[in-house]
Amino acid sequence: MKKVSLEARHISLSYGSHEVLRDIDLRVEPGEFFALLGPSGSGKSTLLRLIAGFNRHQRGELLVDGQDITGVPPHARNIGMVFQSYALWPHLNVWDNVAFGLVERRETRDAVRRKVAAALELVGLADYAKRRPGQLSGGQQQRVALARTVVVEPRLLLLDEPLSNLDKNLRVQMRDELKRLQRTLGLTTVFVTHDQEEAMTTADRMAVLDHGVLQQVGSATGLFDEPVNRFVAGFVGTANLLEGRVEAVEEDGSVRFDAQGVGPVRLPAAALAGPPPAPGPAAMAFRPHQVLLQAPAEPTDPARVWLDGTVESAEFLGEFSRYRLRVGRAALVADQPHYAGHPVLAPGAFVRLGIAPAQVRFLSA
Amino acid sequence: MSTAAAGVRVRTRGAAAAPAGWGAWSVAGAVLAFLVVFLLVPVGLVVYTAFVDGAGAFTLGHFGNFFGQSLFTEAFVNSLVVALASVAVASLIAVPLAYLTVRFEFRGALLIQTLGVLPLVMPPFVGAVALQLIFGRNGSVNLLLDEWFGFKVPIMDGLVGVVFVESIHYFPFILLNLVAAMRNIDGAMEESAQNLGARGLRLFRRIIFPLAMPGFLAGAALVFVKVFDDLGTPLVMGVTNMLAPQAYLRITSVGIDDPMGYVISVLMIGFSILALWLAARMTAGRDYATLQKGGGSLQRRRLGRGQAVLAYGWIALVLAVVLAPHLAILLMSFARVWSFSVLPDAYTLDHYAAVFADAQHMIGNTLLYCLLAAGLDVLIGTAIAWLILRTTLPARRWLDSLASIALAIPGLVLAIGYLRLFRGVDLPFTDTPVITSWVLIMLAYAVRRLPYALRACMAALQQVHVSLEEAAQSLGATRWRTARRVMVPLMAGGILAGFVTSFVTAAVELSATILLTSAESQAPMSYGIYLYMQSAAGRGPGAALGVLAVVVVALGTWASHRFAERSRTPERATA
Repeated sequence: MKKVSLEARHISLSYGSHEVLRDIDLRVEPGEFFALLGPSGSGKSTLLRLIAGFNRHQRGELLVDGQDITGVPPHARNIGMVFQSYALWPHLNVWDNVAFGLVERRETRDAVRRKVAAALELVGLADYAKRRPGQLSGGQQQRVALARTVVVEPRLLLLDEPLSNLDKNLRVQMRDELKRLQRTLGLTTVFVTHDQEEAMTTADRMAVLDHGVLQQVGSATGLFDEPVNRFVAGFVGTANLLEGRVEAVEEDGSVRFDAQGVGPVRLPAAALAGPPPAPGPAAMAFRPHQVLLQAPAEPTDPARVWLDGTVESAEFLGEFSRYRLRVGRAALVADQPHYAGHPVLAPGAFVRLGIAPAQVRFLSA
Repeated sequence: MSTAAAGVRVRTRGAAAAPAGWGAWSVAGAVLAFLVVFLLVPVGLVVYTAFVDGAGAFTLGHFGNFFGQSLFTEAFVNSLVVALASVAVASLIAVPLAYLTVRFEFRGALLIQTLGVLPLVMPPFVGAVALQLIFGRNGSVNLLLDEWFGFKVPIMDGLVGVVFVESIHYFPFILLNLVAAMRNIDGAMEESAQNLGARGLRLFRRIIFPLAMPGFLAGAALVFVKVFDDLGTPLVMGVTNMLAPQAYLRITSVGIDDPMGYVISVLMIGFSILALWLAARMTAGRDYATLQKGGGSLQRRRLGRGQAVLAYGWIALVLAVVLAPHLAILLMSFARVWSFSVLPDAYTLDHYAAVFADAQHMIGNTLLYCLLAAGLDVLIGTAIAWLILRTTLPARRWLDSLASIALAIPGLVLAIGYLRLFRGVDLPFTDTPVITSWVLIMLAYAVRRLPYALRACMAALQQVHVSLEEAAQSLGATRWRTARRVMVPLMAGGILAGFVTSFVTAAVELSATILLTSAESQAPMSYGIYLYMQSAAGRGPGAALGVLAVVVVALGTWASHRFAERSRTPERATA
C-alpha cells in the first residue's frame, strides 16, 4: 500500500464571527503517527473533521498525497475515521458493520468475506462476528470501529479521542494495540487528544493547538525540552514560569534576569543551552523535577543557581513528593524523588532551590 | 450558558451536514409543493371565499349575514358553549385521575393508564350511538331507573348529550398531558411548601396544579379544538344547531357556492388557532419548574382507608362510563333485537355476516386509503425531519410550521377547500373529475395526519446520532446510500409508530370523509358506519362495522406504542 502525506496550507475556518481555525500550516509525513493535541475548544476536532470532509474551511488548501481535496465530499475521500463514540450501527451486527464500506465499494461477495474475516482477525474479534454492538464491551467496540475503518484500506486514518471512552487500564492496553496496528499497516494516522501523556506515548510527532492557532509542531522530547511559548511549556508537562525581564546578556555570555517579586538572578554562560535570549520581558521556565531542594545549612553546588524559599504545602505521591514553594512573592513547584527513610518536608520549612542553568528556557511569547 | 452551548451544538450540527446541494433543494421543493397544493391553497381559498362578494371584491357582508340570522348565531353560541363545557367536564374527570396516579402508590395506576387510551380507540360518532343505548332516553340505565325509582335522566339529549359524549371521548388528552407535566415536578417544590405549612388540597391548589399548568392547558386546548370542530358526533346524535353540522348541511343542501359554509369554516379555523395560541401564550414567558438535577419527582404516599374508598370509587365510576360504549357496541353487534330493554333479547352473528357480504369493499377502501395516506405521511415526515436536522437549507424550519398548520384545520374545512379548488378539474389522462375520485379522500387523510407522523419522524431522527451517518459517509456511502442503509433503518421504529398513528386516526376520520365521498363504492368504513347508523335496520351491521373499526384502532394503537418503545431502547439509541 502506498503511504501518503497530508498537508494543510493556511487553513482558516469560522462560524459567523467566531474563528475556529486560524491559518493552520501543517505537514504530516507518509506513514507517520501524528497527534493533534490541545485543550477543549482549541479547534483540534474541527481540524480532524475538516480532513474527513465533515467541515469545510473557508480559506486555504488541504492536500492529500499532493492533491487538493477541498470540496471533495466525505464519501469520495477514502479517508477512514474512527469516531470518539465509535458510531457503530446498532441495527447491524459486528460482521455487517465491518463489511459496510466494502459493500459500498461494490466488492465481490468473496472479497468481502475474506477481508472482513481478516480485519476481525487483526483486532482479535473473529469470534464476535454475530454479536450486536450493544453486546460488546467498550474495548471491543473500539476494536470493531477500528476494523470497520481499516478494512477498506483508507489512504489516511483519523482517530477522534480514541481512548477517552475507555477506563484507565484498558486505555494503556489499547494505546499499545493502536501503535502496533499502525506500524503493521503503515497507515498515515492523525489522532486527536486532549491528553498530553497519550500524545507523547503514542505519536511520532504532534501539533499543539490553542484557540484555533497552531502553537508548535514537533516530537514529544522536542516539545517538552524546547517549548516555544508559555502555553506549550505549561500544556506539555508541567512548568514553573518565573515572570520577569531579561536585563542583559553580559560579555561573558551570562544572563542577568530580573524576576518579579524575587529579584535579580544571574545564570552563568557556560551552562546555558542554545542562543542567548533577547533582552526584554520574558518568563524563565524550568520543570519541577529539575529543581533540587536542600536544607539551608547544606553546602551548595556552585554550578546551579540558588533561590531561598519556604514550603507552603506538600503532596506525597509515592514516587516523588510535590512541594508548593514560595520564593519571594512568586509561587513555584518542585518534585523530589522519594526514597524510604527520606522525610517529607513540613509546611513552613526553609529550603534552598537549586536550578541547573542548562534546563532553563527563556520564553518571550 | 445553556443557550450558548446549544448554539454551539447547533452550529457543529449544521456544519456536520454538507452544504445544501441540489438533492436537498429538490426534496424541499417537492414537500413544499405538496403542502402548498393540498393544504395552503385549499384553506386559503376557503378563507378568501368567505371575504369576497360575487364580483370578487372584499366584503364583510357574509359575516354580517351570518350574525344576522338567529339560526347561525345560535349555532355559533352552541358550539362555543359545548366546547367550553366539554373542556370543563373533561377536566373534572381527568384532574382527579391524574392527581391519583402521580400522588399515591396504589394498584390502580395500570387501570388509569388503560383509561387514558380506551376512549380514544373508539371513534366519537360510534361512541355516540353506543352511549345512546346505555344512557339514552330508552337506554339500559334509564330503563332501570324508571323501573326502580320512576324517573329518567335525560343525559343524552341535545347539547347536554354532545357534551357528555365529547367529554368521555376526549378527557384522555387532558389526563395524559397533565400526568406527564406532574411527573416533571420536582419533589423539593412540594416539600418546601409542606415545610412552610401547606398541605392537602391547599398544597395541590397552590403548588402542584399551577406547576402542572402547561400540561393542563395543552390538553385543554386540544379538547376545545377537537370538540369545536367535530362534525360526526352532533350529526349522529341529531343535533344540527351547531357550527360544523350547519356548514355541512349548507354545503350539501344549498351547494358549494353558499357563502355560509365558508363563514363557518373561517370561524372554526379562527377559534382553533385562537385556542392553541392562547394555551401557548398563557404559559410562555413564565418559568415552570421541571425536574432539577439530582431531584426526585413527587413522593408517592399510601392511600388512607377513606381515601382508598374515594379513589377506587371514582376510578370504578369513570371506568364504567368509559367502558359502557365499548360494551354497548359489542352487544349491539350481536343483538337480534334490542329496544326498550336493558339487554338485548336475542343474539345473532347475522350482522357480521351482513357486513362481510355488503361492506367488504368499505374495509378494503379503508385499508387502501389509510395505508397510502400513512405511507405518504411518513415519507414526507422523514423528508422534513431530514431537511431540518441534517441540512443547512435556509428557512427549512418553515416546512415544520407549515405542516403543523394542519392541526388547526378541521377536516370539514379541508374538504370544502378541496371541493372548491378542484371543481371542474379532471384527473390527468382521464375524464374523471378530481372531486369524484377517492384520491382526494386519501390526500385529505394524509394532510390532516401529517403533523403526528412528522413529530414521530423528527423524534426518531433526533435519536440517531449524527456520527452514525458520518461514519457511513467516511466509509464511502453517498448521502442517499447513507440514508437508505443507516438513517432510515435506525429510524424504523419511530417511522413505524408514526405510520400506525396516521393509519388508525385516518381510519376513523369522518368529517372530511362525509363531504368527499361521492359514491357508495368508494366509501371507507367510517362512512359506512355513519350510513348504517342512519336507519334503525342498519344499526346492527353498523355496530358490527364499528367493532371492527375499534379492533383495528386498538391493535394499531398498541402496535404503535410497541414500535415507539422499541425504538427508544438504549440498544438502538447508542452513539
